[in-house]
Amino acid sequence: MDVQGVLNELRERVVSADQQRQPLRLRGAGTKDFYAQDAGIAATDANVLDLTLYRGIVDYEPSELVVTARCGTPLSEIESALADRGQFLAFEPPAFGGDPTIGGIIAAGLSGPRRPYGGAARDFVLGATLLDARGDVLRFGGQVMKNVAGFDVSRLLCGSLGILGVITEVSLKVLPRPRAEETLRFEMPARQAVEAFNRWSGQPLPLSGAAWWDGIAWVRLSGAASAVRAAHERLGGDRADPTEATQWWSSLRHCQHPIFQSGASQANDMTRGRTLWRLSLPDTTPPVDLPGEPLIDWGGALRWYAFDPQSGAGPRGDEPRKAASAAGGTAMCWLGPAPASGRFHPLQPTVATLTRRLKERFDPHRTFNPGRMIAGL
Amino acid sequence: MNQSDVAAALRQVLPDDCVLARDEELRPYECDGLSVFRQKPMLVALPRTEDEVRDVLVTCRRLEVPVVARGAGTGLSGGSMPHESGVLLSLARLNRIVQIDPLARTARLQPGVRNLKVSEAAAPHGLYYAPDPSSQIACSIGGNVAENSGGVHCLKYGLTVHNVLAIRGLTIDGDLVELGGGAGDHPGLDLLALVIGSEGLLMVVTEVTVKLIPRPQLARVVMASFADVQAAGNAVAAIIAAGIIPAGLEMMDRKATVAVEPFVKAGYDLAAQAILLAEADGTPEEVADQIAEIEKVLQAAGATAMVVSSSEAERLRFWSGRKNAFPAAGRVSPDYYCMDGTIPRKNLGPMLKAIEDMEARYSLRCMNVFHAGDGNLHPLILFDANTPGEWERADRFGAEILELCVRLGGTITGEHGVGIEKINSMCVQFSAIERDAFLKIKAAFDTTGLLNPGKAIPSLARCAEYGKMHVHGGALPYADIPRF
Repeated sequence: MDVQGVLNELRERVVSADQQRQPLRLRGAGTKDFYAQDAGIAATDANVLDLTLYRGIVDYEPSELVVTARCGTPLSEIESALADRGQFLAFEPPAFGGDPTIGGIIAAGLSGPRRPYGGAARDFVLGATLLDARGDVLRFGGQVMKNVAGFDVSRLLCGSLGILGVITEVSLKVLPRPRAEETLRFEMPARQAVEAFNRWSGQPLPLSGAAWWDGIAWVRLSGAASAVRAAHERLGGDRADPTEATQWWSSLRHCQHPIFQSGASQANDMTRGRTLWRLSLPDTTPPVDLPGEPLIDWGGALRWYAFDPQSGAGPRGDEPRKAASAAGGTAMCWLGPAPASGRFHPLQPTVATLTRRLKERFDPHRTFNPGRMIAGL
Repeated sequence: MNQSDVAAALRQVLPDDCVLARDEELRPYECDGLSVFRQKPMLVALPRTEDEVRDVLVTCRRLEVPVVARGAGTGLSGGSMPHESGVLLSLARLNRIVQIDPLARTARLQPGVRNLKVSEAAAPHGLYYAPDPSSQIACSIGGNVAENSGGVHCLKYGLTVHNVLAIRGLTIDGDLVELGGGAGDHPGLDLLALVIGSEGLLMVVTEVTVKLIPRPQLARVVMASFADVQAAGNAVAAIIAAGIIPAGLEMMDRKATVAVEPFVKAGYDLAAQAILLAEADGTPEEVADQIAEIEKVLQAAGATAMVVSSSEAERLRFWSGRKNAFPAAGRVSPDYYCMDGTIPRKNLGPMLKAIEDMEARYSLRCMNVFHAGDGNLHPLILFDANTPGEWERADRFGAEILELCVRLGGTITGEHGVGIEKINSMCVQFSAIERDAFLKIKAAFDTTGLLNPGKAIPSLARCAEYGKMHVHGGALPYADIPRF
């Protein structure tokens, strides 16, 4: 079937589901099935709206720094097209050891280690196409860097988890791959690392990653060879072996670091009661008062805490959520049994109200991904 | 509601000197930076605190009086043009820098703080606020948020939406909404991105937290001359294609350089049909490398002359002409009308050619200033409002440029906003169902429709009306709009 045929079929499925009050579970490659507030509706053939067939790069012009692709396009296809022209997706979307679709990547809005320095997924969204509950296809934004006509719906869709409709196409800003890259390692405790990351972030240095684990701070520099060299001289530290450095950043980006216990063992984790918490904090927050040592990313703004009931190590219940709130941040129970306050951090009441009102107006029959972002919505 | 009743209600919640009602007091507020659109407000409210802003909103909500928020009034799309029976809510008195946190690299600001003042306050820490609209000495951060303002360094450093971490604001119901925050990711929908650039239609912003970034050690700019505009346009694409992201990449055509040169003495090559300004910033080594690369690309693209700034003073002098292009237009012509469309860079050439044709057709001159790096055009249409028919011609000229922007794959506004000015052009860019989605968003935030009514998002009826007036070659455009 040609892509128009695929789109028509998607539209028919959506319209019929909406009319029959039959909720749909939007799905790309399924790498982020776990990323949901509650289990939502069962994943059956009747419920799942498979988006992988609506795929392909629609337009890619390196000199415009823009790629436009249909939602089902695998990340690998986009990254390889960009790599051929020396460009990349600077927000480093996580692949979780699989090959996620670009639609899923934008719907989840997750970003990798480069985020604090290069920007988040939403910062690179230039345009998006939405298939709504009536089966209409709406275009927002476009393929240009600057565009303030109408509300910024394409950025609203980034991270919307499909609750407003199906993102069928996205246009993303791409960037030239840095000419040079180097990773420095420093032996230092977490407190000192967070302080150093912040101090360095305030200096004109070509930082592109700052993370800490098990007594080692990792700092990535990217840019012109001369700038990377000068920054290395200024910061000191040990130059990491390039292969080891690539593996390290990749393990953070794709959530493949040992702390994630990914893949088949996820189900295992659930039964064992192992939990993994993702804390999003102001980057200057000193080490929070939780048992166990975190994996720190984003120069201090992202911290992962694991709890293993067998060894008894790590925080219990929703302690991480309380600690994150106290520090002015939020916490998500990434893996394992979610606490009563929910897998995602609760929204402020006024924000929850606005979210409900938007959902009611865009998807009045709650056809798209009910429960995925907010329980019961 | 008559003026004296509303004034009396507002004076119950605000001190007397915070409510303006006399004709001569209202007059200065009748327009923003786009002075062809004028409307005297019924009243002006000048609250001093967030609580007072809430009181104004709640009062207006109760009395069902429209509210138009205004920052410094430098906007270029009539976004804060008052409503004849509404309250103009000036946020100019909320002008305090609440906090600068050098370690966290953030600034918490009241909405009335001037853009440039943020960078000045951050300068002792080696930090600055990146978005730099040409009006930065005057424009306010609240206005920047409303318009998602850009500037000459967007290509590398982004627009307002990329540099704002959090906002606090009030809905028309007086409910406090806090969006974003110091931490990276936030749960739920990205309402922060939605509110930025919403032109005062969704809520009134009372505090903004922005990201500060380290000031580069050095910046230098290459000024290159080209014998024709097309070649200059191609040079822009060549720079990007070479994997270079300059800190700024601007183009001016000869009409623009000739207008600004006597005014600022920037040293522009007046023999050139177009000049490009390409800036590199970073460490001294990085800048030297990038300047050399840029020179090589520009040479190959047919530059007829090149000068590299050799000092900070010279760099600023090269930029001064660009930053003063609008005032210069005002010197060479009684009036000018600044457009703001964006197109894919590859279409710069055809667009310039088309503008030339339009100049002949409308018998008006147009000077061109572009944020070439990001395809954002600022054609300045020169006219004399005192000559009957000239403004109407300028208006149609502008609308035609915007329609062409949309046809070339771009947008009707890159950074100035829709406001009242481009409300009809919205009918060209968006279908009825897309505009309906915008109206749904508006209704989700503002159930009353009292915040800045009639701006930014046209009603379906308005587009139908516009469609009737605006028929090209016998074919009725916007065929999807229901007609009554």
